[in-house]
Amino acid sequence: MTQTAMNTAGMAEKISIRNLKFFYGDNLALKTINLPLYEKKVTAFIGPSGCGKSTLLRVLNRMYDLYPRQHAEGEVMFDGQNVLDPNQDRNMLRARVGMVFQKPTPFPMSIYENIAFGIRLYENLSRSEMDGRVEAALTRGALWKEVKDKLNSSGLSLSGGQQQRLCIARTIAVRPEVVLLDEPCSALDPISTAKIEELIDELTTEYTIAIVTHNMQQAARVSDYTAFMYLGELIEFDETTKIFTSPSDKRTQDYITGRFG
Amino acid sequence: MASTLGNPTSLGNSAVSSPTAQAIYRRRRRGNTVLLSLSIGATIFGLAWLVLILGALLYQGFSGLSLAVFTEMTPPPGSSGGLLNAIWGSLIMTFGGVIIGTPVGILAGTYLSEYGRGNKLSTVVRFINDILLAAPSIVIGLFVYEVVVVRMGHFSAFAGMAALAILVIPVVVRTTEDMLNLVPNQLREAAAALGLPRSIMIRHVAYKAAMSGIVTGVLLAIARVSGETAPLLFTALNNQFWSADLNAPMSSLPVTIFQFALSPYPDWQKLAWTGALLITFTVLALNIVARAFLSPKAQK
Repeated sequence: MTQTAMNTAGMAEKISIRNLKFFYGDNLALKTINLPLYEKKVTAFIGPSGCGKSTLLRVLNRMYDLYPRQHAEGEVMFDGQNVLDPNQDRNMLRARVGMVFQKPTPFPMSIYENIAFGIRLYENLSRSEMDGRVEAALTRGALWKEVKDKLNSSGLSLSGGQQQRLCIARTIAVRPEVVLLDEPCSALDPISTAKIEELIDELTTEYTIAIVTHNMQQAARVSDYTAFMYLGELIEFDETTKIFTSPSDKRTQDYITGRFG
Repeated sequence: MASTLGNPTSLGNSAVSSPTAQAIYRRRRRGNTVLLSLSIGATIFGLAWLVLILGALLYQGFSGLSLAVFTEMTPPPGSSGGLLNAIWGSLIMTFGGVIIGTPVGILAGTYLSEYGRGNKLSTVVRFINDILLAAPSIVIGLFVYEVVVVRMGHFSAFAGMAALAILVIPVVVRTTEDMLNLVPNQLREAAAALGLPRSIMIRHVAYKAAMSGIVTGVLLAIARVSGETAPLLFTALNNQFWSADLNAPMSSLPVTIFQFALSPYPDWQKLAWTGALLITFTVLALNIVARAFLSPKAQK
């Protein structure tokens, strides 16, 4: 990996990925990744399909644990704790590291319940406190105005873009510290995409964000840092402006100019 | 050359205009006509019997339908009566069988789909469940006879319930597993991503998403067992009188139909037809309700 002298003074590493290797069965999918995620910054992962971006994201909240035959080696330090520690409580970890997926995945329940469900798991709130939290989360998710009169209708009745914002609201409702976004806009129209990008921008005041995207303009628009990955390797990691204006690696240059990928 | 595909000159050198292509095409059309006729014939042949059976059932059953059927006990030969004790017995034993069988079936189906995907135990369980699903019900009747009736020393409604429960279980296991498998993995991941333990994910997300399918499975299981005769014949036997004692033999519609239909008495035979009509309509109603549950509108 090439990395030019970046001005990182005073920047806290929320998550530090060190010598991370990931296996699907015997197949090595991530080859020794070293990468920091800075606190309250947006880091974008870009690269051609199959390069391991989503895999890397799914290591950070141990989502891969749901499936047998997938395992990770190395260290992912999150506030001084190794996420990959076998004794790590996965549910607690996932409550602190939220995730939004490519396809909107509202639960088959009302809009209100979609939000309240996750909160109720970790907190005992009165009805009015819960109402407040739901409203706050939906407002934060830029969805409140559209749904405030139909909180009891099914989450599935919303449009794709609204469903995705509901999922983001649901994720931040449990007050995580890190939010992982796995191609959150790839199934959405340009207007919904713009709304979500705006939302990401606002969320950085409170959250550390990692976003996987195929859309290079999107990476350039929303992120502070960009990691370019190729064939399971981290090729280059730098400030987004640097990556998109003067990348150090030839492959990064080729990819962002659309010569392959 | 008489081409069915239009002017040969306009088609030029196109392959379909050649005489060979025309011959192949005509042969294929002839084959199609022959097979289509055979299919229609087979359908009519199959449907005709169904229409005849239902027609006879409606004709014979409706004429015996009266209030007495629902208010009076099964009569001795030669006197008037109804089917109340048989209807009651069928309701009680079906209910009992479903109450016992449904939780077992749903829990087993949940294990197969949520916890045991791909492991050896679930492969074996699934295989055995499929055997149970296809097992003749008389075998299950004999099994319960050996295990329950012989040990207790007498026939009883409990034994009947046990036999019906064994018939309910594989149906519910199968539908529960299938319906949970239809729940997209993304939904499970989304729940896990919020930090939900798997048990909560299953109860609040997977079950909710699969609810209509699971309910349908239970309804179809009820439909399946409500017409079963053989397992009850060996377990609950029959009872000419009103009985609410679950530890005693109990009447049921299928067994009563079986007994009355084989009897030489016309009034018994008439009641057997009426009973058959009742069961048929119950099963029909259950199937309609099940379809309503599975309809796309009900999913929302």
